[in-house]
Amino acid sequence: MNTSAAQLRERSRALAPGVGLSLARGVAPLVACLVLAVALQIAVRPLMGDYAAKLVLDIGVAVILAVSLTIVNGFTGQFSMGHAGFLAVGGYASGAVTYYGSLKVWGSAATHGGLLSGRPMSVDPSTLPLIGSGDLLFVGALLVGGLTAAALGLIVGLPSLRLRGDYLAIVTLGFGEIVRVCIQQTGPVIRTAAEAAQVPAWKLATSVGGALGFTGIPKYTSLFWVWLIAGITIMVAYRLKRSTYGRAFLSIREDEIASEAMGVNTTRYKVWAFVISAFFAGIAGGLFAHTLGVGLSAEAAGFLKSFDIIIMVVLGGLGSVSGAALAAMVVTLLPEWLRGKHVGPVDLSQYRLVIYALALILMMIFRPKGLLGVAELWDRSLWTSLAARLKRLAGGKGGSR
Amino acid sequence: MLEVRDISVAYGAIKALHGVSLSVAKGEIVTLIGCNGAGKSTTLRAISGLVRPGSGDILYEGRTLRGVAPHEIVRLGLAHSPEGRGVFPNMTVSENLDLGAYARKRSEHAQIREDREKALDLFPRLRERLKQSAGTLSGGEQQMLAMARALLARPRLLLLDEPSLGLAPQIVQLIFRIIREINAAGTTILLVEQNAHMALQVANRAYVLEVGRVVMSGDAKELARTDEVRKAYLGHG
Repeated sequence: MNTSAAQLRERSRALAPGVGLSLARGVAPLVACLVLAVALQIAVRPLMGDYAAKLVLDIGVAVILAVSLTIVNGFTGQFSMGHAGFLAVGGYASGAVTYYGSLKVWGSAATHGGLLSGRPMSVDPSTLPLIGSGDLLFVGALLVGGLTAAALGLIVGLPSLRLRGDYLAIVTLGFGEIVRVCIQQTGPVIRTAAEAAQVPAWKLATSVGGALGFTGIPKYTSLFWVWLIAGITIMVAYRLKRSTYGRAFLSIREDEIASEAMGVNTTRYKVWAFVISAFFAGIAGGLFAHTLGVGLSAEAAGFLKSFDIIIMVVLGGLGSVSGAALAAMVVTLLPEWLRGKHVGPVDLSQYRLVIYALALILMMIFRPKGLLGVAELWDRSLWTSLAARLKRLAGGKGGSR
Repeated sequence: MLEVRDISVAYGAIKALHGVSLSVAKGEIVTLIGCNGAGKSTTLRAISGLVRPGSGDILYEGRTLRGVAPHEIVRLGLAHSPEGRGVFPNMTVSENLDLGAYARKRSEHAQIREDREKALDLFPRLRERLKQSAGTLSGGEQQMLAMARALLARPRLLLLDEPSLGLAPQIVQLIFRIIREINAAGTTILLVEQNAHMALQVANRAYVLEVGRVVMSGDAKELARTDEVRKAYLGHG
């Protein structure tokens, strides 16, 4: 404690980060992500079969869902069990915008996308622009879906995030079910532009198919859109984690009282986490709704879907963005891999949920913090500790610890 | 600087404080001593807003803290280093320190870095362990971290809850020496302690709490000489 004030100032100034560097760090990944997503769609997609392409697309949507849930369940440590509710709300809201928007603008629900979006097989790609007019509608619809889900997140979050632990889990579980039941009560889809023109706008928003499901949504979702948004979601979540806000989120999870004593407005941050998470879930819902071969129905809001997402987050490691993305991949591929695999007369793919449960139990016993814990794939500490562990395993067989 | 007027706090049906009053003047070290369950920690928690007093008032620099949220109280320059240390175990030492400065403005960045260096000079052990998870620190190091973290809020009044709890005697000596240093650098301190012997040595004034009431108060050195305190808290028959 015998340094002079000038020395102290000198030393602390040397620790300040540069401005230019942090700007480059912010923009470069975004550009890289855009380029990769275009390349994926233009160069890689034609090489893949339709089945592989659908799998890669499903993985992308799952990544967005898992990473967005990580912001609530992983960062702030609040246990939300209604994530699929936001997915469904976003899906229905954006689906309604593109479906009825298409009816109003083009008179039918056919797609008007460009090269980068999904399109029917019959369309010759050489006639298409890179981005079509329909894509703008689609992006607008995704935003509407995300914002609707975020608004709902705010409404649900404000009262319920004063609850803790089990109570919050029960409330969010209830929320998902409420969304599901509400969707089932909606009216049938209006099929013609002439009919839609006579109906007021609010009525259109509730004419989304009810228990029959919302069919006829134009299928814009493509590998480009899914992976572009997945990349952005991962980036936002990771930057958030490393920011001042993220540190506040993590401190709530670590010790809510200490966090409060540090000056963190815990309720506000919990609600914020909830809203951001709901926003991305809503966008994932939009992508899901516009995917070829998906029948959007109330079941999208169901508990089983929420549970799928929770499994991804828990397996990947609560608080790890890359862990959640990795687990999203595994959990999406697992049932596909199990399909057609038989043990005696038993078809393994029907036992997907049993296998999940088993995986969760084993995880709780052997690695309770999940695959990666709070670490990220690119953290060096993760690999050094893994290497140390392997070394101990290899060298320490039968020896003492 | 701080005036607590006749506050009562209840956890459900159990009353923890029955009308506690105390005051802290600028530049002082004031200690609250008493045994388990006397209401020492509750008093601190009431001051920093973590529990709400049912009645009474708390004045800090002339303004009431009634109805002010904990995160706002921190911004008024009143930092609380909670009992059981309350470090964030899965975060690194460095991240814990960053959170200490959480309530401060973005524009204070340069000042925060300077305070951080100052705090690390005060606790050199922490500097060696900046990248280590706080949960892997020893008890004494965790206490140091909790104090350094509280200092990063640049408090004018620092509330320390049981800084000697569960620490080896040597570390306790060190912690108390640093408490004196922090005070000498201009921070007023309200210290809650079970280790009455050490607390009365560093403090200017003291309050003795028994089952939610102040039973004695006065100059710390004089209190240490009274028979009641010697018998009940210092272990002299």
